[in-house]
Amino acid sequence: MFRRPERLRDGYDVVIIGGGGHGLAAAYYLAKEHGISNVAVLEKGYIGGGNTGRNTTIIRSNYLTPEGVRFYDESVRLWKDLSGELDLNLFYSTRGHFTLAHTDASMRTMRWRAEVNKHHQVRSEVVDAAYVKRAVPMMDIECGGHAPVLGALYHEPGAIARHDAVAWGYARAADRLGVEIHQETEVTGIELKDGRVARVRTNRGSISTQKVLCAVAGFTPRILNMIGLRSPIYVHPLQAMVSEPIKRWLDPIIVSGSLHVYVSQTARGELVMGSTLDPYELHQTRSTLDFTESLSTHMLDLFPFLSEVKIVRQWAGLADMTPDFAPIMGVTPVEGFYLDAGWGTWGFKATPVSGTTMSHTVASGANHPLIESFDWKRFGRFELTGEKGAASVGH
Amino acid sequence: MKQITCPLNGLRPVSEFAYGGEVRTMPDPNTCTDEQWTDYVFNRSGVPGIKREWWCHIASGFWFIAERDTANDTIVTTYPADRLRVATPA
Repeated sequence: MFRRPERLRDGYDVVIIGGGGHGLAAAYYLAKEHGISNVAVLEKGYIGGGNTGRNTTIIRSNYLTPEGVRFYDESVRLWKDLSGELDLNLFYSTRGHFTLAHTDASMRTMRWRAEVNKHHQVRSEVVDAAYVKRAVPMMDIECGGHAPVLGALYHEPGAIARHDAVAWGYARAADRLGVEIHQETEVTGIELKDGRVARVRTNRGSISTQKVLCAVAGFTPRILNMIGLRSPIYVHPLQAMVSEPIKRWLDPIIVSGSLHVYVSQTARGELVMGSTLDPYELHQTRSTLDFTESLSTHMLDLFPFLSEVKIVRQWAGLADMTPDFAPIMGVTPVEGFYLDAGWGTWGFKATPVSGTTMSHTVASGANHPLIESFDWKRFGRFELTGEKGAASVGH
Repeated sequence: MKQITCPLNGLRPVSEFAYGGEVRTMPDPNTCTDEQWTDYVFNRSGVPGIKREWWCHIASGFWFIAERDTANDTIVTTYPADRLRVATPA
């Protein structure tokens, strides 16, 4: 789908570290919208092998803060035309998205989110338990009696897409515009000169560049360490699992923050399920039985009829978490070093909009207006962008 | 890592423990700069490696220190928190 250049050039206008959806999207929009195609994307593994291919593919914009809602809504707008733009079927499928509330406190948060969403012309509304039951007749709305569903936040634009195709589509489109994609190329160091980016060292040689975009998800602290920066990012594994394919019965996406469950059914009939973060810091993508057991228990609270369905696969990704559950994007204290990080458990849905905003930021040297509240400096000002209330599950 | 040696209760399954974050030294808020305070409040050393961490054995409510390699999830050693002052250079 794209060329595999034999060797690195001596220098590039922009070097993008990380060949996931975000890095490749930024490369594509740099070439397409800003005329900068002398770009190298460096990927230490293979395209789509990181978090882009490890998430549970949910796309939504029902966030809590106005900044978050505007940002993710622009992303949903871009998603809808993306298959056409990239000339690749991404299986983008609008399903509708229910965030279940099992307590009065979470009903209150749902109302809050719905009102913020509506204020920004995003279709979200609070519905009652009977509405949920009509939409998903297979759900035990009482959850066995111990966590009855009181209502939900219904978000009509909620969607899923084929995640690895997103990486391939952006990679092919960027490649056609002249971007070089170097797989199995690991960054081993970044050299600064007079406080700004000068060279990037890799396992395949050293290259000169004035601008580096770091889009490496759970590896962000290691890259920042190369240039002596400390950040609020800490890494926890996030696990997910998938069932055997079964007859289609679940159309919408179901999320329960209290039960720590999110689930959707793919076009092939598999149930894709995720839960909360692993409880402690770890830089390893191992799977645990604790995760499978607790997620299955909560799945059965909602859907007791699944008790005979088999789990066929489980995996993990590395989530770079921030204190306010919002990303860290844009310029950094090091001139020429741009950051697209802190994507925790919410990065996939932002792939297109992070591409357009980060390419603008890298090309112009100043943060795009849509990402101003995700600025690195917000911590120094104690102005956090609190998105914890809109995290898919309680953490 | 599936088990942790608690300094009080011995070898127990990891499900009995809660993670309390890395051991950090608080700067004196009356004398430190705003940058030092911000660094203490928000920034973390997120690079994988052997770290000193707070862990709690939930059933007995016992807090202790574990030195754990965050790259491969192995515990190097555990000891009671009162040894922290000896282990931490002033």
